[in-house]
Amino acid sequence: MPFILRRLLFYVVAAWVALTINFFIPRAMPGNAVQSVMSKFTNLQPAAYKALQALLGVGHAGSIWSQYVSYLNDIFHFNFGTDVSQYPASVSSLLAQTLPWTIVLVGTATVIAFLIGTGLGIVAGWRHGGSLDRVLPGLMFLQAIPYFFFALILVDLLAVKTHVFPTGQGYDNGLIPGWHADFIGSAIFHSLLPALTIILTSIAGWMLQMRNVMITTIGEDYVIAAQAKGLSSRRVVFSYAARNALLPQLQGFGLAVGFVISGALVMEIVFSYPGIGLLLLNAVTSNDYPLMQAIFLVITFAVLIANLIVDMIIVFADPRARTREATA
Amino acid sequence: MTAVLPISAEPAALPTEEARPGRWRRLPTKAKVGAVLLGLFVLAGIIGPFVMPYDPSFQNPAPDLSLHAPYATHLLGTTQSGQDVLSQMLEGIRLTLILAFLVGVIATVLSVIVGVTSAFLGGVWDEVLSLLTNVFLVIPALPLLIVLLGYLQDKGQAATILVLSFLSWPWGARVIRAQTLAIRNRDFISAARETGERTWRIITWEIVPNEVSLIAASFVNTVLYAIGASVALAFIGVTDLNSWSLGTILYWAESQQALQLGAWWWFVPPGLAVAFIGMSLVLLNTGIDELGNPRLRDAASASRIAGHWLRPADPTPVFGEAGQRGRLGGFLHSFSRSSLLDETDRSQAR
Repeated sequence: MPFILRRLLFYVVAAWVALTINFFIPRAMPGNAVQSVMSKFTNLQPAAYKALQALLGVGHAGSIWSQYVSYLNDIFHFNFGTDVSQYPASVSSLLAQTLPWTIVLVGTATVIAFLIGTGLGIVAGWRHGGSLDRVLPGLMFLQAIPYFFFALILVDLLAVKTHVFPTGQGYDNGLIPGWHADFIGSAIFHSLLPALTIILTSIAGWMLQMRNVMITTIGEDYVIAAQAKGLSSRRVVFSYAARNALLPQLQGFGLAVGFVISGALVMEIVFSYPGIGLLLLNAVTSNDYPLMQAIFLVITFAVLIANLIVDMIIVFADPRARTREATA
Repeated sequence: MTAVLPISAEPAALPTEEARPGRWRRLPTKAKVGAVLLGLFVLAGIIGPFVMPYDPSFQNPAPDLSLHAPYATHLLGTTQSGQDVLSQMLEGIRLTLILAFLVGVIATVLSVIVGVTSAFLGGVWDEVLSLLTNVFLVIPALPLLIVLLGYLQDKGQAATILVLSFLSWPWGARVIRAQTLAIRNRDFISAARETGERTWRIITWEIVPNEVSLIAASFVNTVLYAIGASVALAFIGVTDLNSWSLGTILYWAESQQALQLGAWWWFVPPGLAVAFIGMSLVLLNTGIDELGNPRLRDAASASRIAGHWLRPADPTPVFGEAGQRGRLGGFLHSFSRSSLLDETDRSQAR
C-alpha cells in the first residue's frame, strides 16, 4: 500500500478513536451534567433539556448503539447541537465564527516559526560550536516558557507600558468585520503580538531539533564525499546535508503541531483574541459541555489535517516515502 | 583527546560507568547546570512550608497591603486581597513539583509497560499497541484534558494527576518500543532465552536495565510536559482553584487584572519559576542526550590538539575556522584513528 494511503487510513482510525472517546466521555463521567447545565442557565427551554439529554446521553431512549449511530450521523453533517450558554445559537455557528481567526493566526505563525527555526538550525548545525551555539541556553529558556506567560510579558511591556501594540481583541472595536482595508489592516495589526508570541516561543524547539539532526547528518559519508568532490559549501549544506536532515524535522513537525496549537489556544485567552481558544475558555467557565466537546473534535480534526499535509510534503520531499511501505 | 575518548567509547548507561568515580565531573556542563537549578527548586519545594512567612491564603484586610510592591516584609509583594505572593510561590512550587513528579512516574511506568510489551509480543499485539500509541500521539492532549476535567465535578489534584498520566504515556512508549526492538535480538537476550529464563525475567532483568538512560530521558520529558500542561490547565481554571500551585497563582493574577493594574510582582515570579524549572529539565535532558551522543557535545568539551580544536569523537569535517583549512582538516580527519572510532561507535549504536 502506498505511503500516503496508509497514512490516510491511519488518520481515519485516529479520527474514529477521537469521535468514540468524545461519545463516551459524557456517558462515563460521574454526576448529572444535564442537571448542572440546566441549573446554570435558567433561560433554557424544556426543548433544550431534551436536546441536551440526547447530546450528553442521559435518559436517552435508544440503545447505546443507536445513540452512537445517530451521534456519528450528526457529526457527519456538522451538527454539534445547540449551544447552552449562548442559547439558541448552534454550536457550529459559534465554531464557524471563531475558527478562521485561529487557523489564520496560528497557521501562519507556526509555519513562519518553523521556517526561521529550521533555517537557524541548519546554520547552527553546520557551524557547530560557532556563535549561534552561544545563544542556545537563551533559546532553551524561551522554549521552556509557557506560551501564555510569554504573552503576558509581551502585553505588559509592549502594550500596557509602552502602547506600541493593542492589548488584545482581534480588531478595533469601532470597526465592522468585513473584507475592507480598514478592518483587514486592524486585524493584522492586532494579530502581530500574538503571532510574535508563537514565533518567539516555538522557534527554539525547531532550531534545536534541526541543529541536532544536522550535526548527525554532517557526519554521514555522503556529505564527506560531497566535500571531497570539491562541491561548494553552500551546495553541500543545502543539497546534501539539510535536504536529508529536513525529513526527520518534518516528521517532528507533524507530531508537534498538536502541542503548538494547544499552547496557542491558551495564549489566545491572554490576548482576548476572538479565536477558538477564547471560546474554549468561555465554554469551560460556563460548564458549556456541548461546546467543549465540539471544540475538542474540531481541534483534533485540524491537527489530523495538518498532519496529512505534512505527510504530503514528506512524500514530495522523500523519494523513499513514495516507494517504501510506511511504518504506520 | 585520549583523555576524553573513554566517554564516547562506551554507552553512558552501563553499570560499570556508574561505579567509576568522578561521574559528576564528566557530566556535560548543561546537565550540571540543569541539575543544580532543579535542585534549588526541589529544595524550595521541600522546605517551603516551613519557611513560609505567611499563610498563602490569608487575606490581609489592611488597605495599603492590597497590591503592595515588593518590600522588606513582603519580599514578593502582595496580591489584590493582601495575600503574600512569596508564600503562595513556596506552596505553589511544592504542589506543582509533586504533581509533575507523580505524573512522570505513572506515565513512565505506563509507557515502559506498553512499549516493552508491544515490542516483545510482536505480531498483532504490536500492531494494535503501536497503532494505539500513534493515535494518542496525534490526538491533541490539552483539549481532551480540558473536556475530561471539565466533566469532573471534583477537580482535585488526584483527578488531574490521573488524567494527565493517562494522556502522557505515548511519547515514551514509542521510543521505548523502538529501543526494545533493537535490543530484543541481541546475543545476550538470546543467551538468556537459551538458558531457560522466563520472559518476564528477561524483560525486567535484561531489557529494562539496558534502557535506563532512555527511560530517564522519557521521565524528564514527561515531567516537563506535566508542568506545562498542569500550569496551562490551572490558568484556564480547570483545576482545584482553592489550592496553591504555580498555575493557580497565575489564574488569580489574570482573573483579577494584575496585568492591567501593573502588578508585575504578582504574575512574573510564578511564570519565571515555571520557565526556570522547565529550562532546568530541558538542560538535564540535553545533557543526557549529549552523554549518549558525543557528536552533540559543544565546543566547551573540546580539547586543543596541534592548533585545532577537536571535540570528543568529532565526526565533522568542518570545524574550528571554517573555509579551506577547516575542510582540509576535516578531510584529513576522516583518515585518522578517531574517525574510525566514529564508525565503530555508529555501528555499535545500531
